[in-house]
Amino acid sequence: MFRYILRRLLQMVLAFFGTTLIVYALMFAGQGDPIQALAGERPVTAAQRAYLTEKYHLDATGVGGFFYRYFDYVKSLLQGDLGQSLTGRQIGDILQAAWPVTVKLALIALAVAIIFGVTAGVIAGIRRASIFDNSTLVLTLLVLGIPTIVLAPLAQYFLGVKWQLFPPTAGAEPTFYALLLPGIVLGSLSLATALRLTRTSVAENLRADYVRTARSKGLVKRRIVSVHVLRNSLIPVVTFLGVELGNLMSGAIITEGVFNIPGVGFNLFRGIRTEDGPLVVGIVSVLVVVYLVSNLVVDVLYAVLDPRIRYE
Amino acid sequence: MRVRRLAAWTALPLAVTLGLAACGSGGGSGSGSSDPNAAVSIQISEPQHLVPSNTTEVSGSQVLAGLFSPLVDYDAQNKPYEVAAQSVTSSDNKVWTIKLKDGFTFHNGEKVTSEDYINAWNYGAYAPNGQGGSYFFEKIAGYQDLQGEKPKAKTMSGLKKVDDLTFTVTLSEPYIDFKTMLGYTSFYPLPEAAFSAPGVLKDSYEQAPIGQGPFKMKGTWQHDAKIDVERYDAYPGEKPKVKGVEFRVYQQLAAAYADVQGDNLDVLGTIPTENLSTAPTDLGDRYQTSPMSSFQFLAFPTFDKNFSNPDVRKAISMAIDRDEITKSIFKGSQKPARSFVSPVLPGYRDNTTGAAGEFNPTEAKKLYQAAGGPSKIVISYNGDGGHKDWVDATANQLKANLGVDVVGSAEPKFADLLTKVEKKQPVGLFRMGWVMDYPSMEDYLGPLYSTNGSSNYYGYSNPEFDKLVKEGSAAKTQDEAIAKYQQAEDILAKDMPVIPLRFGENVFGHSSKVKNVEMDLFQRVNLVKIETAS
Repeated sequence: MFRYILRRLLQMVLAFFGTTLIVYALMFAGQGDPIQALAGERPVTAAQRAYLTEKYHLDATGVGGFFYRYFDYVKSLLQGDLGQSLTGRQIGDILQAAWPVTVKLALIALAVAIIFGVTAGVIAGIRRASIFDNSTLVLTLLVLGIPTIVLAPLAQYFLGVKWQLFPPTAGAEPTFYALLLPGIVLGSLSLATALRLTRTSVAENLRADYVRTARSKGLVKRRIVSVHVLRNSLIPVVTFLGVELGNLMSGAIITEGVFNIPGVGFNLFRGIRTEDGPLVVGIVSVLVVVYLVSNLVVDVLYAVLDPRIRYE
Repeated sequence: MRVRRLAAWTALPLAVTLGLAACGSGGGSGSGSSDPNAAVSIQISEPQHLVPSNTTEVSGSQVLAGLFSPLVDYDAQNKPYEVAAQSVTSSDNKVWTIKLKDGFTFHNGEKVTSEDYINAWNYGAYAPNGQGGSYFFEKIAGYQDLQGEKPKAKTMSGLKKVDDLTFTVTLSEPYIDFKTMLGYTSFYPLPEAAFSAPGVLKDSYEQAPIGQGPFKMKGTWQHDAKIDVERYDAYPGEKPKVKGVEFRVYQQLAAAYADVQGDNLDVLGTIPTENLSTAPTDLGDRYQTSPMSSFQFLAFPTFDKNFSNPDVRKAISMAIDRDEITKSIFKGSQKPARSFVSPVLPGYRDNTTGAAGEFNPTEAKKLYQAAGGPSKIVISYNGDGGHKDWVDATANQLKANLGVDVVGSAEPKFADLLTKVEKKQPVGLFRMGWVMDYPSMEDYLGPLYSTNGSSNYYGYSNPEFDKLVKEGSAAKTQDEAIAKYQQAEDILAKDMPVIPLRFGENVFGHSSKVKNVEMDLFQRVNLVKIETAS
């Protein structure tokens, strides 16, 4: 197990540098005129252009210039310095402010998905073809069919503005309550998928041999479901939720925008819009780490859920 | 195996606990404002900078308008009057004497002196500092010596201290509107405390700017979140009627609009386009409009032989039904434009484009065919600014009225569009917008249409026009200047290098918790007038 984790960690280092190189290259290739993008519709003075070009090595162009800038970036990255965004702020500071709120949001979304999705999935799986099963099927199809870009403003308008159950936006230092609505909106998509996954998995395992054995031994139904069925049914759900954690963080772009939460998605969106290469690469680098770590956690959790799975 | 299991099971609860702890820490700090009846909140975007000479966008200048007091401000007729200045005088419009009012202090207690202005302006003009508003100082003598990679000097020869409250500004050429110009953000002073050495700004200054205005910073700039300011009691001018202002940062206007509806935000400076049709009912009398200086137009690449004939340009202008587009697409939130300068300016005349601005499809088609206009027209615009609807509508009108093929073509960003235009690539007609820096006709005519104008992207050049604008700037009296500027505008009407389309308006909304919300020509809320509604 230890050797397995070590090997995975070494692979993660490689994956990390590979992805940052690709993202850096993409950002570099797609860059039009970041200085003008920063200035918006105003003309940029020659003096300011010269100043910013020198400051961000924008004069280094072509393939040679790309590697010069990439290695320059990696060098400071290894010293723990993410560099400066084109707006002049330290990317480290931006991320420090952006992460906590996004992590909170993602965890609320994940909790919503687990608590409601898995529970409802188990019930639906046990009572197949019941009213509950059919109604959740319709509901999840509905939720899966509505994109966040529609769902979020709708939820905001009805629950926030019209009936005033929640504050319409969350802001920079939101209370748990203010984050609840965006969290539910963000989590609803994963909730629906988690529910469908759990239902199928539970329904299948209920017919398995070991369940029949357990039943014939005289175990009560609750114990069969909670210990035997649930544990075996959770493997696909855990895989899904682990990867989903990364998705929730990067995928919060729309939700964070609608509810005015200055988190990671908010900053990523701004970085892309203003062609702020350093900022985008900085955020994506950290997102890559989140993905890698959550994948590792998922793989380790497999062994817990199913002892037959071993790692060497 | 037992150990392995334990290790793995601890991972899950640990993650959950961390998450809950993270949630908990944010819990208490949400309801931060101390007295909701005395402070107001105003929507802004994240400012790019908060150093006066580096602030050229609306959000930054909105914040600085609270922290600083300008030398001059503009009255109802948009003529300048003194605020922080006692007097701004000149006998020849070349050497200007600025006397400061006594009694102004910076928020750290420093007395405001003429040196604070001289130092701030020199810092702003010095090219290696990379200040965005640097070009505002280019009319001052000695500005050129501060330019280039290795400037010859660090200070402008045109700025001279006379005494603690008086200094003189010598311009390189006479300029009648210099006093008007002084109301712009770039001309605020900086305290001694802003500098770590002469000419070197402290890094920390921008995080908590110290000004001499009606409000002072409360804490520091909380990036992407908010900027809090509170009333500065030693301010000698007109006192604000609120205790403080929270400038709250929004990335999307739609979110701010939801907050205004829910009374969660007090002032929203711009109603999002998609809400324009419902806003009057959503907000009732909290929906308001006021004049603003923006000007939208379609520009011709006059270097392109398809559009080099003024008759072609006039015909296209005549084939556009401006009234219809402003009504159906902008719901009356903008006004049709038939002049080259904004109606807010002294010297504005209605309908200077004459017949070329009137919608007349039959005449347009005749003129277009006689002048040999191109059979296919492209209208380029930036896809990120919500221009698609009106560009498509304009294209359809041209198609129907001129009988030619017209398409709208979106570039990802305005910068991409400008790059193409600068390289003289075929973009067809392209959209442009202009917002004035200070209320002077010169600010509309000079940069946009002079041969060397900073925003003349269409290659327009007319020596007669250049001469008239120059003579206007050098005129002895305002009336004389306006007469010259108007003659220059008449030349534009003849040549039609661009088609004026619409003049903008402030379309804003506020919560039920505030009253007396006024917005100025620069899309800024008047922070001295706003009051809380009891």
